[in-house]
Amino acid sequence: MTALQDRTRTRAAHKAQARLNPYLVIAAGAVVVVALTYMLPPFRTYQLATVGAYLCVTAGLTVLTGLNGQLSLGHGALMATGAYTLALWQNKFNLLLPGILVAIVVTTAVGAVIGLAAARLRGPYLAGLTLAVAVVVPSITSTFDETFNSDQGLSVILNPPPDSMTVEQWQAWVCWGGALLTVLALALLTRGRFGRDMRAVRDDETAARLAGVSVARTQVLAFVVSAACAGLAGALFAVIAQSVSPGAFPLTLSLFLLMAIVIGGLGRLSGALIGAVLLVALPAVAHEIGEAAGSQRLEGNLALTFFGVVLVVVMLAAPGGLASLRIPFKKKGH
Amino acid sequence: MDRFLFLTFDGLSRGAVYAAFALALVLIWRAARIVNFAQGAMAVATAYVAYSVADATGSYWIGFLVAVVAGLLLGAGVERVVMRFVDHSSPLNGVVVALGLVLIIQGVLGMIYGNEFRPAAAPFSRDAFEIGGVALLSRYDLFVFGAVGAVVVLLTLLFTRTPTGLRMRAAAFAPDVSRLLGVPVGGMLTLGWALAAAVGSLAGMLVIPTELGLHPTAMDIVFISAFTAAVLGGLDSPIGAVLGGLIVGLLLSYISGYLGATVAPMAVLALLVVVLLSRPDGLFARSKARTA
Repeated sequence: MTALQDRTRTRAAHKAQARLNPYLVIAAGAVVVVALTYMLPPFRTYQLATVGAYLCVTAGLTVLTGLNGQLSLGHGALMATGAYTLALWQNKFNLLLPGILVAIVVTTAVGAVIGLAAARLRGPYLAGLTLAVAVVVPSITSTFDETFNSDQGLSVILNPPPDSMTVEQWQAWVCWGGALLTVLALALLTRGRFGRDMRAVRDDETAARLAGVSVARTQVLAFVVSAACAGLAGALFAVIAQSVSPGAFPLTLSLFLLMAIVIGGLGRLSGALIGAVLLVALPAVAHEIGEAAGSQRLEGNLALTFFGVVLVVVMLAAPGGLASLRIPFKKKGH
Repeated sequence: MDRFLFLTFDGLSRGAVYAAFALALVLIWRAARIVNFAQGAMAVATAYVAYSVADATGSYWIGFLVAVVAGLLLGAGVERVVMRFVDHSSPLNGVVVALGLVLIIQGVLGMIYGNEFRPAAAPFSRDAFEIGGVALLSRYDLFVFGAVGAVVVLLTLLFTRTPTGLRMRAAAFAPDVSRLLGVPVGGMLTLGWALAAAVGSLAGMLVIPTELGLHPTAMDIVFISAFTAAVLGGLDSPIGAVLGGLIVGLLLSYISGYLGATVAPMAVLALLVVVLLSRPDGLFARSKARTA
């Protein structure tokens, strides 16, 4: 049993998931989210929206890394691709839903290019390549500064939300709509043949090939699927922030995403949810500690350090992640 | 032509630093089959310590020495405290733990020193001499060549001419047999990490004054360039790493010089993709491909 691969638990997890009807889980999640948007104060609702946006990308990434065994450090850059695509689209056409779809399509195309390269690489080579993508892609905004406006980034034009709801509520609905659809799609996708193929490729490529599974095709497809999720997440972040800039997608974002899925427990969509919650909760806690200590330096860096420590400790001590501690799947919307 | 010559020497100077940094990556890869993704952050950490010491004592050279010693200690510490306990059955585990270390180091540095760029002074002038009316090399470039050359010579002597070097190679090549023959394999691994981190620190000290200055993320792009250089050389070969470093340095210098500095990062990425897809064993590989 290796840390990044939950082989021995695959069967148990599969059974547990099979018992849950994904449609029911998603419907319950939607009810919980809608209820929460009416109960929580605006700032908490905004945080809820952010959790939803993060959930899109962590769910996709946990399928790629946990079920297919490919490590990607480039998903922060893929999110940037989605966010910038949406920003450029909105500023030209101002049609949000088609814009999000275009962002997904463009990111999927970029992900396919990286995925084609990634399918031929293993271990540290793949990590190095995707790390390079994460470091280099934000700098493209300076190279083509006429389109991307360099470090200042672009603002995103959005129509005001319907009169009956606040901006935060609208954001939470949009983000969680995307997140729940993503989770549903991934849950259906990974329990069928594709999920089996991915696990087979992860566990033993030679055996998978002998069993008639196309290794390269499965790997590229897994990367493309998770890239699409990252594109959606990026577009949703652009909607929440109403602006995009390279500073919002640094290398540390990609590392945070990795941390989230490792801590949550790789290969489980419930783990992706735990990770997404942590991604919002931990910086918030660090922010409060920093404010209490009156030190601005502490604020951002405390979260960074804490993430790092947790990542190392979890990898050394509990490679199964928090989701292996039998946290019920339905804990949605916290 | 003048410009070409200038860019060539500038590229060799940059390349020498990438070579040293790539050498550090190769040292750990050979010893432990881990690509140390925390190398850049570790080098930045020692550079911060070095410049603090240099400010306190007023001497750059004491700071420089401190950087190398701090590198040795940090490398040994990382191996003893963290890396030794990583489950190596999947190559990804070491990568993830190293990335955790990156977050920790960058966070701690940010807390202590803040997230602004701090100026880092160079010990020698970076103005180029003019030879026959053409600006070619600065004193600092000569210092870089000297330092990196010394590192390469010393490491070569260590690995080929000393009993310790022989033990290190044996421990990396056949750990079980070495252990039976009385080689302290664990100790050799620690030594390998310490040496690699010291070389990385030295490379960091050389490159940071030529960039924007000290910053917790100052080495990110240098790491990518050095990783590309190491892959170009085959990850397994010290000579390959040095040649790879020089090639990457020259290429980046020409591209920044003729196409603009903002294109350089993309050029590194493009080069890395091309090398990984066409010659994943590196340009100078002799052995068969590893899938690890």
